[in-house]
Amino acid sequence: MPLFDQLYNFAHWLAQDRTEAEDLVQETYVKALKGLSSFQPGTNFRAWMYRILRNTFLTSRTGLKASATIALDADDSPELSAGPETPETILIEHSQHQFLQAALEALPVHFREVLLLCEVEEMSYQEIAEALSIPIGTVMSRLSRARKALRNSLQQKLVRS
Amino acid sequence: MADHWTAKLDAYLDGELPADEMRELDAHLRGCPSCAADVLGRLQMKRAVHSAGMRYRPSPDFRERVRKNIAAKPRRSPMRGWLGAAVAVALVVVVGFVTLSVRRGEMRRQEAFSELADLHVATLASANPVDVISTDRHTVKPWFQGKIPFTFNLPELQGSEFILLGGRVAYLGQSPGAELIYQIRKHQISVFIFQDRGVGRELGSSAQPRKELSFNIETWNQSGLRYFVISDASGDDIRKLAQMLKAAS
Repeated sequence: MPLFDQLYNFAHWLAQDRTEAEDLVQETYVKALKGLSSFQPGTNFRAWMYRILRNTFLTSRTGLKASATIALDADDSPELSAGPETPETILIEHSQHQFLQAALEALPVHFREVLLLCEVEEMSYQEIAEALSIPIGTVMSRLSRARKALRNSLQQKLVRS
Repeated sequence: MADHWTAKLDAYLDGELPADEMRELDAHLRGCPSCAADVLGRLQMKRAVHSAGMRYRPSPDFRERVRKNIAAKPRRSPMRGWLGAAVAVALVVVVGFVTLSVRRGEMRRQEAFSELADLHVATLASANPVDVISTDRHTVKPWFQGKIPFTFNLPELQGSEFILLGGRVAYLGQSPGAELIYQIRKHQISVFIFQDRGVGRELGSSAQPRKELSFNIETWNQSGLRYFVISDASGDDIRKLAQMLKAAS
């Protein structure tokens, strides 16, 4: 039951709490089972399941609170390049897994979810668009900003340490 | 630094650039050390996030609870009309596990097996099944240095029908381990090596390969490491490769 583990991991990252994550996953399966008739054959089943989970999260208390703090999508800062002495190289040298996890935790939820779907679930942009119910162009811009935010946050954490 | 490429590096690494741009960027990277270094940094970050992101696992109790809960839910009866192939697949995925054996041990064993089978199938289905491509064990083994928290020995294959194709890092129960891909005739075989901290113990220590859903699998514990050999190749082939691995360790 691989999807079960993946959905749970995603739910825990969203809710940041074991009990809430369990409730989310439980409700997702119940809703999926009830709503199987609304699943359109030929569309992506995995994206559909993630969409149910995420919608369930967004209507939960934690989700409502998290979505109320979503920043506007506009961002004009230039694309950073990842040259020598970047957060990546420092991170790899220090093998500091926990820095990365803390930085991911600290990201706003709309950045965290798009990064997790892309990097952990290895979804295509199209699948992510379906799971998050957003246009594919928004997936690309949000991913880019999420990566930038993660690198900035890592840089700050590593400098402070 | 070619600025117009910088914005496309992430899409390139995500495999989302159109084929012609992919080729152009490939060519550009070969001649532009600054972009190449940039790509390498981003790739390291992708891998680090991938591994850090696989952080949480559901508890066995919770798994059991959901299973029971779903089994207890009355399902809607009018299932006619919309039960297309994809929905059938969806049904199998969502409620399939409900019909699994109720014996806990058996369930855990099935879970452990299906995780391994998933890892094996996912590797074979991947466009890049191996991260280190080499038929030379002296190239493949050192590649894992610093990537996994243990080391292992690989057998000499000369004189046998087996070919080493390469390796990659795999995760089971959130522990990193090595996955080696071998080929025999047209069949590909995954050999997984993890630290023996309980991962996959449910599968037992089979002296003989066992058949599970058309896959043959053999597992054993040796020098603190747990080995799994899994493939659709014959039980005899699995046993031969397992013996060679045991002899090498």
